[in-house]
Amino acid sequence: MKRRSLLVSYQTIVIREVTRFTRVWLRTLIPPAVTTGLYFIIFGTLMGERIGSMDGLPYSDFMMPGLLMLSVVLCSYTNVASSVFSSRFQHYLDEILVAPIPDFVVISGFITGGVIRGMMIAVIVLATSAMFVDISAWSWWLVMLTLFLSSVLFSAAGLVNALFAKNFDDISIIPTLILTPLIYLGGVFYPVSMLPEKWQAVTALNPLFYVINATRAGFSGHCDTSIAFAFGVTLVSAAAMFLLALWLFHRGTGVKS
Amino acid sequence: MDALSVRELSKVYKGGVKALDGVSFSVGEGDFYALLGPNGAGKSTTIGIIAGLVRKTSGTVSVFGRDLDSSTMAAKSLIGLVPQDFDFSQFDRVFDVVVNQAGLYGMRRALARQRAEQILRRVELWEKRNAETRELSGGMKRRLLIARALAHNPKLLILDEPTAGVDINVRRATWDLLRLINRSGTAIILTTHYLEEAETLCRSVGIINHGRIVTSTTIDDLMSLAEKEDIILYSDSAIPTEAAERLGGTLVGARTMELSVAHSRGLNSVFAELDSMGVRIIGMKNRLNRLESLFMHLTGGEAKSSAPAEDDPVFGGDAAEGDRE
Repeated sequence: MKRRSLLVSYQTIVIREVTRFTRVWLRTLIPPAVTTGLYFIIFGTLMGERIGSMDGLPYSDFMMPGLLMLSVVLCSYTNVASSVFSSRFQHYLDEILVAPIPDFVVISGFITGGVIRGMMIAVIVLATSAMFVDISAWSWWLVMLTLFLSSVLFSAAGLVNALFAKNFDDISIIPTLILTPLIYLGGVFYPVSMLPEKWQAVTALNPLFYVINATRAGFSGHCDTSIAFAFGVTLVSAAAMFLLALWLFHRGTGVKS
Repeated sequence: MDALSVRELSKVYKGGVKALDGVSFSVGEGDFYALLGPNGAGKSTTIGIIAGLVRKTSGTVSVFGRDLDSSTMAAKSLIGLVPQDFDFSQFDRVFDVVVNQAGLYGMRRALARQRAEQILRRVELWEKRNAETRELSGGMKRRLLIARALAHNPKLLILDEPTAGVDINVRRATWDLLRLINRSGTAIILTTHYLEEAETLCRSVGIINHGRIVTSTTIDDLMSLAEKEDIILYSDSAIPTEAAERLGGTLVGARTMELSVAHSRGLNSVFAELDSMGVRIIGMKNRLNRLESLFMHLTGGEAKSSAPAEDDPVFGGDAAEGDRE
């Protein structure tokens, strides 16, 4: 296929994906705004005043990058996981498998759908946060790149999950039992330096720790580890997860018998 | 050049189930080909491999000379698939289903919209273009599957049981549509359980059983293999028992007789004999259609009589007698 035709195929998959989640925008785009608002009211305003500052920042300001990443990561993941699994389950993935589209274009299309939803969520969460904190950044480039890479990483992870899933439980278990705890333990609500050394070492194995810290560094310049290292881990993880998803799809895992 | 050439195709599923065992057949350009076989014979696996949904274990597939392994994209772009199940998102609009399909094959959006309008008008779904697919009737969904498969103007259309579970009107309308598509030069491969459908529509036929092609030939050549005709005769008065005995038939009612007539004997002699005994025949039909008889023969199946056997525990003589008491 010519490059322009491939671009049209890619564009078609992306349009389908975006149409899918915008059609039910009340369910896919609004909940993170509500959740973020509640976090700010309860932990920022009511409890935050008693907590005081964290790493030299007002608690709401400290918490904001983590809350942003919490929503972006979960939405990117669940978007692709549920979309790919539904299309497998209802067989409309076959439309794509039958068409002359290289695997990397298919994977890129689905992941782009997840990234677009992740970025839309980021804008919504930032707008909600602006009602409670002053939004300013140490480096908007770092913020945007980290958000983008995190969204790619977790969209690809959602796709991998969807390829292995046998039923709808299999795509809800991972975000609930693994992803959410990893996000909370990755330093959304506290600096890792507060933990005992042993738990700091354990946290260093959590990829969400780097993702959250790279984002926080983008907003405040403060990072629990080296900014370059946190960003590097995010970049390498995103690339590795994309390649894993591509390899599994190419092998036909979960999509071809 | 053949529209499709399948050579020594084998498929062994996980767990060692051998679905295909050296399947070979060809479909000519512009041909209308029926792939027949009992359930589990390997029809869907064969189609799945050709369409790229199932991985083959060995063998080759080429579409208009393009090898499916080495020229995958070129080969796939020539195929349109109409699956057995409704596999579009139930929330997508009818128009979007066709436009997106064209888009997946690289057709630009503006062109895809024009193409979608042409096809939806052709399958008489244009009025339903803004409906969600879940709002369509079963027959409309079937037509949408065909419309979607035609979106990129394929040269080879593959249909997996396109009329399964639809009423006779929809089936006839689908037949008309398929004839129209075939007349426009598109080669068609059809799997079906309705042998009448294959006999009515197709010019060539392949019969697959236990993962092997039993025969692949033209319908005419296949029909010439038939040695006898299984018929049911209807009279306007009671048929004497001796008439049935002389002709080797079976009375399935006072005025109805089933009969196997060898082609060498011919139907004229049967009618003449019945006429000489004063039996007037007012109607006749094939007990099995001719292709069905051959299919049964080639796949090792047995044609079952439409009349209940005497010793049938459910519908047989004793039970029937009992029911009447």
